[in-house]
Parts: sequence; structure tokens; C-alpha cells
Amino acid sequence: MKVMVAVKRTIDANVKVRVKADGTGVETANVKMAMNPFCEIAVEEAVRLREANVATEVVAVSAGPQAVQETLRSALAIGADRAIHVQTDALLQPLGIAKLLKAVAAKEQPRLIILGKQAIDDDNNQTGQMLAALLDWPQATFASKLKIEGDSAEVVREVDGGLETLAVSLPCVMTTDLRLNEPRYASLPNIMKAKKKPIDALTPEQLGVDVSPRLKVLKVEEPTKRKGGVKVADVAELVTKLRSEAKVIG
Amino acid sequence: MSALVIAEHDNKSLRRATLHAVTAAAALGGEVDVLVAGKEAGAVAQQATKVKGVRKVLHADDAAYAHGLAENLAPLVVAQAGAYSHLLATATTFGKNLMPRVAALLDVAQLSDISQVVSPDTFVRPTYAGNAMATVQSLDQKRVITVRATAFEPAAAEGGAGAVEAIGSKGDSGKTRFVKAELAQSGRPELTSARIIVSGGRAMQSGDNFKLIEAVADRLGAGVGASRAAVDSGFVPNDYQVGQTGKVVAPDLYIAVGISGAIQHLAGMKDSKVIAAINKDAEAPIFQVADYGLVADLFKALPELAAELDKQGLSKTKPST
Ligand SMILES: Cc1cc2nc3c(=O)[nH]c(=O)nc-3n(C[C@H](O)[C@H](O)[C@H](O)COP(=O)(O)OP(=O)(O)OC[C@H]3O[C@@H](n4cnc5c(N)ncnc54)[C@H](O)[C@@H]3O)c2cc1C
Ligand SMILES: Nc1ncnc2c1ncn2[C@@H]1O[C@H](COP(=O)(O)O)[C@@H](O)[C@H]1O
Repeated sequence: MKVMVAVKRTIDANVKVRVKADGTGVETANVKMAMNPFCEIAVEEAVRLREANVATEVVAVSAGPQAVQETLRSALAIGADRAIHVQTDALLQPLGIAKLLKAVAAKEQPRLIILGKQAIDDDNNQTGQMLAALLDWPQATFASKLKIEGDSAEVVREVDGGLETLAVSLPCVMTTDLRLNEPRYASLPNIMKAKKKPIDALTPEQLGVDVSPRLKVLKVEEPTKRKGGVKVADVAELVTKLRSEAKVIG
Repeated sequence: MSALVIAEHDNKSLRRATLHAVTAAAALGGEVDVLVAGKEAGAVAQQATKVKGVRKVLHADDAAYAHGLAENLAPLVVAQAGAYSHLLATATTFGKNLMPRVAALLDVAQLSDISQVVSPDTFVRPTYAGNAMATVQSLDQKRVITVRATAFEPAAAEGGAGAVEAIGSKGDSGKTRFVKAELAQSGRPELTSARIIVSGGRAMQSGDNFKLIEAVADRLGAGVGASRAAVDSGFVPNDYQVGQTGKVVAPDLYIAVGISGAIQHLAGMKDSKVIAAINKDAEAPIFQVADYGLVADLFKALPELAAELDKQGLSKTKPST
């Protein structure tokens, strides 16, 4: 069984994001980039499936400018076998990305496609669901446990009320939640090995996909800032303040 | 122009989350209809007719809709989409799972987690864990939207006089089977509608120590939340998690206990009306957003807090601990 994993390059989760003064977006110049944390979990899960002899091959895919090859190298270092770079400098949005991934899936014929549940930059939480729709496959989103059994997968999902278990037929799309696994650190030898693994390049044109944006960002602003308040001396003062000043208890 | 809100329910009653999407839909300025798809969920459809501002309730009854599976619901929503300019659901795990699938089938973009309706084609939504608010215009003819509940007041559950219209089912995709749900049962208010929330972080050290949080929460009639670290450490279940990737809450009072205040946590609670924080590190970032900060060891402060609430006659329940 071949597993395809979609990975996105995003601003590192530990970076304090700043909105650009001209309101066109956020500062990305000289900002540390990394693989979207949910995508790391996706790669890890796929590699574990191969290590458990459930998967035979793990193919990592990313769409974007030249720099996403760095992210693909990280996926290869975690243990993906090869990578596909869909090269484009165009502004990508979830529907366009889902169409690109569908076209790549048509070539690769994976039985399972794993995506992150959400990219931590745009916080969209859409691409996996859209891809599943376009492929007419089932979708197991926000997964915290995966068990492949023959032609189907049993997936535990994190939902608002707790946990939900679904049985989905393969092929399927799965998106990862935080607690699916803890991604390994790539070892130095594996980072070296990753440099020799192949990255194939494709373009949206070659895949016959129109990625024109459907959403136009008019402006990006800072949220209204909260002002820090006061320190209280003890619990009694806290309760008194909450009661008579803030009037939120009582 | 008219909007269809996809209702979230358990076949018995309408989830309160849906009421927020009704408000966002009404802000578009046109008619608002609600779709209730369920298994023997007639009571839910009736309930939806009473929601203020609702014109009509489309009701589909089929066992295929018993568990809100996106594979079955999406084709049903798409079949009704022709009559509507906007399709909305609240950005719960139900809405987030379903609406992108609907959008892709319609070949339109989806707008996630909108916090403001600027005009029928333009919306504000938080990105980067709430650190950047984007104003986004949809270039599509149809708009598929999920709504941030904390940004829109719930519509009144009573006062409406909608009519129910039965619609046909699109059947079962046969691709996905519901196996089971393990839903948290607690007598405490749900996080997304709680007026007060007391949350614990990694510093709680164990699930057992959450009893200290619960003792305060129960006195205040509050919900109990947690940071990701507390959930990952197994102290409390996943549905307690507040943050960028957990629940977004905005209660009147949020008390953060032993939580450092990472941006991913703030993303889920910084719109609370009043924030109080208890942390032993005076430099913890949580204090930068807290209206009231108490630098203290939580193992001392929490029992004191419970006792102080009793002393000032503020406890809602008879103290058990
Ligand atoms: C992709 C991604 C998504 C994430 N999503 C979320 C999310 O949705 N929600 C979320 O919460 N986090 C999320 N995180 C994690 C987040 O970055 C932080 O790691 C997490 O919030 C830290 O939890 P904490 O504050 O409980 O723990 P810590 O950061 O370890 O803080 C513990 C705090 O307790 C204080 N303390 C210790 N002992 C005591 C004591 N005895 N008394 C009082 N205070 C004490 C310490 O001073 C410290 O400030 C996410 C991270 C990533 C990368
Ligand atoms: N440019 C991209 N290339 C490959 N995969 C992507 C890209 N953007 C998003 N994805 C995948 O879709 C997931 C969810 O992203 P989003 O829907 O944008 O929140 C990510 O975690 C990735 O797995």
C-alpha cells in the first residue's frame, strides 16, 4: 500500500508573527520557517505504517515555491521514501491545493493520503476535506488513532464532545490531530540520507490544474490588543476584585 | 440573497452552537433557513422553527444522517445549495469537517472561522492563531462559511415561527461507518457556552490534582478547561483543550491556573471578557493578557480560592471538598 503525505511549509510555530505595517500580510522576511507541525505528525504516521509493513512506500508532496523543497527534505529525513514538488510561485488556497493533490494522487494511486488537520498560518482546516470530496473518498479528519485492517481503516477522531470512532473504506483521506503521535527528531545520518532521495518536480500546468485564487485578501491587521492588568496580593484580593470591580462573580 | 444554516444536533435537540451561525447568517441581510438532517430528528426540526429569524426548516430524515457523517451530509447540502447564496455552519468539529467537503463539491472556496460579516462577500477571519486578522473577499458566486461562535451572539432560541419542509435523502455513501462515540459526561457547563471557565495547565502535574480546579469550578458553576500540555500529559481528556487547535472560548471570566500563556493557548481564550491568572512565575506571558494576576503556587492558591469563595458567600454549590 502506497501512502501519500501532503506537507506545507509555514512560519515556525514558535515565531511571534508580526503584521506588516502596510496591511498586506505578515512579515516573512528573515523569519524562521518549518514544516507545519500537523504535517510532521502526518509524515511520522506514514513512516510508522511503513516500518510496521503496512505501507510499502511513503511519498511526500508539497506545493509552492522552490523553498518548499527544504520542507520536503525534512519529510525525507523523517523517513519518507521520495518526494514530489509541485512548483509554483502562485498564491495557493485550499481548493487549488486539493486539486493539485488530486492530480498527483491520480498519478501515484495511493491507498491512503494523510494531511495535517490545519496549517498554522492560515488556520484554514480545509484541504483534506476538500481533497476527499474531489476524490469521492471517505475522510477521517482530526485523527488521534489509526488502525488499518485490510480494506478499511478504523480511526479515532477528536471531536468537540470527546472521541469518535469511524470505520472508513480504503482508499481514504485522513487528517492528523496533535495526539496521533509524537514525531521523531530526524537523526543526522537520516538527514544525510535524505539529501540523496529523489524529489520530482511537476507544475500545475503539467497537472492541468487551475489554481487561481477564489479569495482575495483585502487587508491584514493586528487584533485589538488586550492590556495587561494588575497583580493582586493574595487570593482574598483576587476574589474581591472579581466580585466588586470586574463584577464577574457573585 | 438567502442563507442556509446547517444544524448541529444529536437527533434529540439542537446544539446551541448552531444559534451563533444563525446570527451570522442574519447579518448577511437576507432570509435564513436551517437544514436539519438526522435520524428521527423531528423534534430538532421543530426546535429550529422556533429560533428567532428562521424562515424555513428543511428536514431530511434518514438513518444515514444519524451521526453527522460528512460523506452523507455533503451531497444533501449540495442538492439544496441551488436556492442559496450562502451556506453556513458553526466552526465546531462538525462544521469544520463538513463545510470544506461541501465547498469542494460546489467548486467554491470555503471561508473558515469568520469573526465578522463586512458585506455579503467580505468577511474578517483570524489567521496565525489570532495574531493577524484578515479581511477577505470571496470571488465565488456561492459562499460556504464556518462561523466563530464567540464572535456572534446566539440567536434567540424562542420567538421564531418557521415552517418545516420535508426534503428527500441522498442516502448512505457506504464509505464510512460510525462505530462509536466516547463523549464526556460531566455535570459542568460546556466550555463553549460556560459563563466562567477555570483551566489548568502542565503545572497541575496529574489528573488527580485537577480536583483542585474542579473544587473551584463547581463553586462558581464554571466549566473546566485545560492547555494542550495538560491534555497531552493525559491529565484530562482532549475535549478540555482550549486554543488554536482546541476550543475557542470567550466566557465572562477565564481563570488560567499554571498555564504559561503560549500564543496557541491565548488564541483560544484571549477574547474572554475578564482573564485572571494564577502562576508562580511573575514573568509568565499569561500575565500580559490577564486583568488580574496572582503570583502564587497553585497548590496553595486553589484551596485558598475555594475557601475564600465559601467565606465570601459566593459558592453556588454546597462545598464537598
Ligand atoms: C501546532 C501547535 C498547536 C498547539 N495548540 C495548542 C492549543 O490549542 N492549546 C494549548 O493550550 N496549547 C497549544 N499548543 C502548545 C503551546 O505551544 C504550549 O506548549 C502549551 O500551551 C503549554 O501549556 P502550559 O501552559 O500548560 O505548560 P507550560 O508552558 O509548561 O507552563 C506551565 C506554567 O505553569 C507554571 N507553574 C509551574 N508550577 C506551578 C505551580 N506550582 N503553581 C503555579 N504555577 C506553576 C509555570 O510557571 C508555567 O508558566 C500548540 C502547539 C503547537 C506547536
Ligand atoms: N501548499 C501545500 N502543499 C501541500 N500540502 C498542503 C499545502 N497546503 C496545505 N497542505 C495540506 O493541507 C493541510 C491542511 O491545511 P489547511 O487546509 O490550509 O489548513 C496541511 O496540514 C497539509 O497537509
